[in-house]
Amino acid sequence: MFAFAVRRITQAIIVMLVIGLLGFSIKQKIGDPVRDIVGVSVSVAERDALREKLGLNDPFLTQYVRFIKNAVHGDLGMSFFFKRPTLEVILSKAPATLELVFASSLIIILLSIPLGIYTAINPRNLPSRIIMGGSIVGVSIPVFLTAIILIYIFAVELHWLPSYGRGETVNIWGWESGFLTLDGLRHLLLPSIALSSIMLPLFIRLIRSEMMETLETEYVKFAWAKGLSRWRIWFLHAFKNTLLPVITVGGVQLGILIAYTILTETVFQWQGMGFMFLEAVERSDTSLLVAYIIVVGALFVVVNTIVDIIYGLVNPTVRITGRK
Amino acid sequence: MGHLLEVKDLEVKFALRMGDLTAINGVSFTLDRGERLGLVGESGAGKSVTGFAIINLISKPGYISGGTVIFDGRDLTGLTGEGMRHIRGNLISMIFQDPMMTLNPVLTIGTQMVETLQAHMNISRKAAEKIALEKLRMVQIPSPEKRLQQYPHEFSGGMRQRIVVAIALLADPALIIADEPTTALDVTIQAEIMELLLELCESEGTGLILITHDLAVVSQVTQKIAVMYAGKVVEAGLTEDIIDNPLHPYTQGLIKALPDGRNPGTRLNQIPGVMPSLIDIPPGCSFHPRCTIRGDICRYESPVLREIPGYRNMAACHMLGLKKEPTEKDRAE
Repeated sequence: MFAFAVRRITQAIIVMLVIGLLGFSIKQKIGDPVRDIVGVSVSVAERDALREKLGLNDPFLTQYVRFIKNAVHGDLGMSFFFKRPTLEVILSKAPATLELVFASSLIIILLSIPLGIYTAINPRNLPSRIIMGGSIVGVSIPVFLTAIILIYIFAVELHWLPSYGRGETVNIWGWESGFLTLDGLRHLLLPSIALSSIMLPLFIRLIRSEMMETLETEYVKFAWAKGLSRWRIWFLHAFKNTLLPVITVGGVQLGILIAYTILTETVFQWQGMGFMFLEAVERSDTSLLVAYIIVVGALFVVVNTIVDIIYGLVNPTVRITGRK
Repeated sequence: MGHLLEVKDLEVKFALRMGDLTAINGVSFTLDRGERLGLVGESGAGKSVTGFAIINLISKPGYISGGTVIFDGRDLTGLTGEGMRHIRGNLISMIFQDPMMTLNPVLTIGTQMVETLQAHMNISRKAAEKIALEKLRMVQIPSPEKRLQQYPHEFSGGMRQRIVVAIALLADPALIIADEPTTALDVTIQAEIMELLLELCESEGTGLILITHDLAVVSQVTQKIAVMYAGKVVEAGLTEDIIDNPLHPYTQGLIKALPDGRNPGTRLNQIPGVMPSLIDIPPGCSFHPRCTIRGDICRYESPVLREIPGYRNMAACHMLGLKKEPTEKDRAE
């Protein structure tokens, strides 16, 4: 397990260096740290002096190394708009986004597994056809449209649920949580459904096709020949094998969910990282944009590493290579 | 007391878009307690389908379209759900062809053994493990206590097939259906597994249906043989009669095709032609296009399995036991 972990962490570091390079290149091309610091009403000569003092005339590589060094120490630059370190700004927005992603993942996992298994076991009956047909519709409608439709039905027409914001939150050790209040949960419902609407059909289809393949295998047939109950065959023998590819693909997809939050948060005025990102684009707050890219990249890498470890727990052949 | 198993006029069809395809067509045989029967034939003859049809485990779109399978006085073709589940793995076990594919890769051997026992009897995990250990010892798995915690990929092919045999024996079934149990194994391992299976069936008094294309194996293990061709039994009888004195021209061809140990280096005999695919089985006797003794009747009338005067074997051939009727070959000469 140790060798396995070392290998995964090395890979993660390389990926982060590449993300850093991309982020730094963007900053280098578009951003102007001098403007971030002094604004517009400063003379050209003073700007040039500042530029030299900040090392902005150094070679690209030197600046990149400096950038990475700072990033490792948690310094991703100053936000031009907020006048605060970008990391601090992002971290204050992160709980909202992470809770949204978590709630969506929960919806996806809780619905896609039973629906995927059901449609695999009964590939041709009416409910399966409806689920599969509905999943095509779900994939086809963009997230922001789903969000607007949901707002129209449940907030505007029915007045059941609020249409924007996070509602009442509770602060636990600096983490603004909407999970603990009824109002917070009510606010969370529509955005998380909207966010899950793209991935849910994809997961149902993935689980269904993998499960159908597994049901055709010899070991499932042997399980029937042993006289096991159908529940045990479906949910243990077949599903555990279905999980392996689903975890691999699913981990990446859950990471992508973070990217989709940009749309959902904007429609619902959800005060998270995605909403902040779009605002930063409008304000040309380059440092904040680059910091966002790096933080989300890091999240992605962490999620994938966790997924790999879970995969190892499910698949015994991975575990043995890790043990040696 | 009646037979342990009596298969009568069993018919299996596959529902395809172009219409139903008959995979086995009127197969009949009987098996007594502790008796061993070999189902022999080429690939596609319907041996495996027959085996799976007995425990009603034909994969879709196949289905049993006719005939009966009387096991211990009960017709299994009428059983559904729980009734059939209680038979499978409990009274009738199966051994599959490829041990690399038969065991679930993500479950330990212990789990896969214990669950089989728990599916059929009210038994604690501890007690089930005790039985599992006992069976693993019977199939000569070294240090079974440790092995119970391991996953299939930690075993060799031969070891895995031993485990499959142990699983088949778990509930002390009355009958084991072994579908080409040694085909996927190395030759040296093949003999070991076959030997083991024979010994265990003898000592436990378990009936065996051995599905194989290997006449040499069948002749050493079974007491009876049924030869299948294109979904039908073409010859049935005691093993020694069939091996020493085959009647049906197809069986004769099969036995001639075996290598002769006395004259190494000689060419093997072949049966000319190939077995027809299920889509276009010729009318009349399905073997007649390849037959050396065919007569006119063989073209349009399908022969039934019948006793041949003067012999102990049953055969499905028009041309056997006739006084003296000129065959097509005679006429041509």
